[in-house]
Amino acid sequence: MNCIIIDDEKTARIIIKKLSSQVENLTVVDEFSNAIQAIKYLNENEVDLVFLDFHMPDFNGLDFLKTINKPLKIILTTSDPNFAIEAFEYDSIIDYLLKPIELPRFIKAVQKVENHLSIANRNTNDTKIKNDFYVNIDRRLIKIDLHSIYMIEAKGDYINIRTEEKNYIVHSTLKKIEEKLPDSLFLKVHRSYIINVKKIIDIEDNSVLIKKDIVPISRSKKSDLMKHLDLL
Amino acid sequence: MIEKPNLNYVNNLSGDDNDVKKLLIDVIKTEFPEEKKEYYESYHNKEYKKIEENVHRLKHKISILGLVKSYEIANEYEHNLRVKSTDKSDDFDIILLVITEYLKTL
Repeated sequence: MNCIIIDDEKTARIIIKKLSSQVENLTVVDEFSNAIQAIKYLNENEVDLVFLDFHMPDFNGLDFLKTINKPLKIILTTSDPNFAIEAFEYDSIIDYLLKPIELPRFIKAVQKVENHLSIANRNTNDTKIKNDFYVNIDRRLIKIDLHSIYMIEAKGDYINIRTEEKNYIVHSTLKKIEEKLPDSLFLKVHRSYIINVKKIIDIEDNSVLIKKDIVPISRSKKSDLMKHLDLL
Repeated sequence: MIEKPNLNYVNNLSGDDNDVKKLLIDVIKTEFPEEKKEYYESYHNKEYKKIEENVHRLKHKISILGLVKSYEIANEYEHNLRVKSTDKSDDFDIILLVITEYLKTL
């Protein structure tokens, strides 16, 4: 990820640069002592993340938020949490950091931005994927709606695609079909099973109930599965 | 009892990076007198909005130098300034003086 720093105070910019250097894959590409210069830069350049100081003379962080007309991911830096609440009315604000910024909290905020960016990328990729695909069964091409699939099971040289309506036995591999499925919807939870995570009924220890089937979850895949779930 | 400034935050941030530590101390030593000067100018002119901004900016230096109680006082002073009250300005003067003396030792 690349980022810029907007802060009128040089001390603050040095601190953020030092903290950024301790985060893998985060590069400070430029820094600005005033927000107007930063807007000019952003009009011509793309960045993943902006560290924005809320309190700046003349043209402050709020002015910046009102002026900028492109989607950005912003971490607000401030010495006063009360102002951060106001700024959270803006969708572009992902998090705020209270000065003086400590490394663990800094890392957490950057991770939040990474998560936002990966969700946005995933959604973009998913929109490019069609809602269906065709499989060859007995010399017939049969259309299968992706959203109707709840599970795909490997059976030797074949895969069993289970949908709401019926099952399809296709001469293929899990690896091949996995490439055609959107990551946001499907997950390989075991070397023999891909499941539609939206169809999960419940999860218990190392198995998942999907429709009426109990599917085993590999220990190594459990954390991937948990990332897909919207936990309360 | 007046608390003493320290470099704990600076040291934690810098780790083994002495260049960053030196840079940070140098910048603090440059910025602090400028910010203090601006503060007293605003105070003299009774420009409350500006005084508030100056105090806010100085607050960061106060926190970097580990002055926890002084930070709270500065916070209180900043809030008082929003209603055009200079209550806590005397305490704030002492904080600035303590930092000024401390920076001379670095």
